[in-house]
Amino acid sequence: MTSLTRRYRFSASHRLHSEALSAADNQRLYGKCNNPHGHGHDYILEVTATGRVGEANGLILSRRRLDRLVEDKILCCFANRNLNADAPDFAQLVPTTENLALVITRLLKESWADYVAGSDGACSHLSRVHIQETGRNGFEVLIPDSNSRNLSSQVEDTYAQS
Amino acid sequence: MFVTRKAEFSASHVCRIRSLTEAENLELFGPEANANGHGHNYIVEVTLEGDPDPVSGMVMDLKELKDILNEEIVGPMDHRFLNYEVPPFDRVVPTAENVANEIWRRLANRLRSPAAKLARVRLFEGPDLYVDVVSGDETA
Repeated sequence: MTSLTRRYRFSASHRLHSEALSAADNQRLYGKCNNPHGHGHDYILEVTATGRVGEANGLILSRRRLDRLVEDKILCCFANRNLNADAPDFAQLVPTTENLALVITRLLKESWADYVAGSDGACSHLSRVHIQETGRNGFEVLIPDSNSRNLSSQVEDTYAQS
Repeated sequence: MFVTRKAEFSASHVCRIRSLTEAENLELFGPEANANGHGHNYIVEVTLEGDPDPVSGMVMDLKELKDILNEEIVGPMDHRFLNYEVPPFDRVVPTAENVANEIWRRLANRLRSPAAKLARVRLFEGPDLYVDVVSGDETA
């Protein structure tokens, strides 16, 4: 089985704050991440496609199409933005990187067929989204084959890298 | 358990299909299709699966794995133009997918011990793109 992973880099700011909690509880839960004006990260997004290598062209998928998808649906909205203030997805949702990974997974899934699937005779599905928030914190969503129609809305594997 | 050894080689390649037009090649392969080729610093991570030998404490002697990597990958591919000098890329497009699968085939031929099974080949084509081939149906 072959898979291809492409890395994209974007910088954004966020503040972790839940309206459901008191100011003191927010401070206790999120610590420095709750500081009122937010802070930023240089995120590294890894998008993985798994599938069959096209016999004629040697590709699982067209990098150009994948790049267009990520540019149009992810980087457009998140790169050099304040996630809390600029991204409607986080109007009601705390922009933890767990949630960011889940939102990005949903956005990629929604447009995968239009941009990537079946392109150029290649056959692949979105299998993994990984976000490195800092050199120490990584967040990962594994996506079952689209045939199973079973996109979990949970973080399937979240871990901190040392 | 898994044991991973890394090797590096630098090579040039071009991704083009002769029967396609210039515009079709550019759409399919992007700048990788530029006619005279270009190069990458490839990094290969080879992962073996097995249990440590009770006497040696090793899954495989990594010196031996290093020699195999040099003979099969680094020697033939380093500082070469893959399309012109490294079969089968005279007739197979040297995309990262195809190079990774060719590396898998070459190593699978040499790593036949059930005590240290080839579990994954990861090929980085530059820092922002990598291909994984894992055991199973390698070319599927």
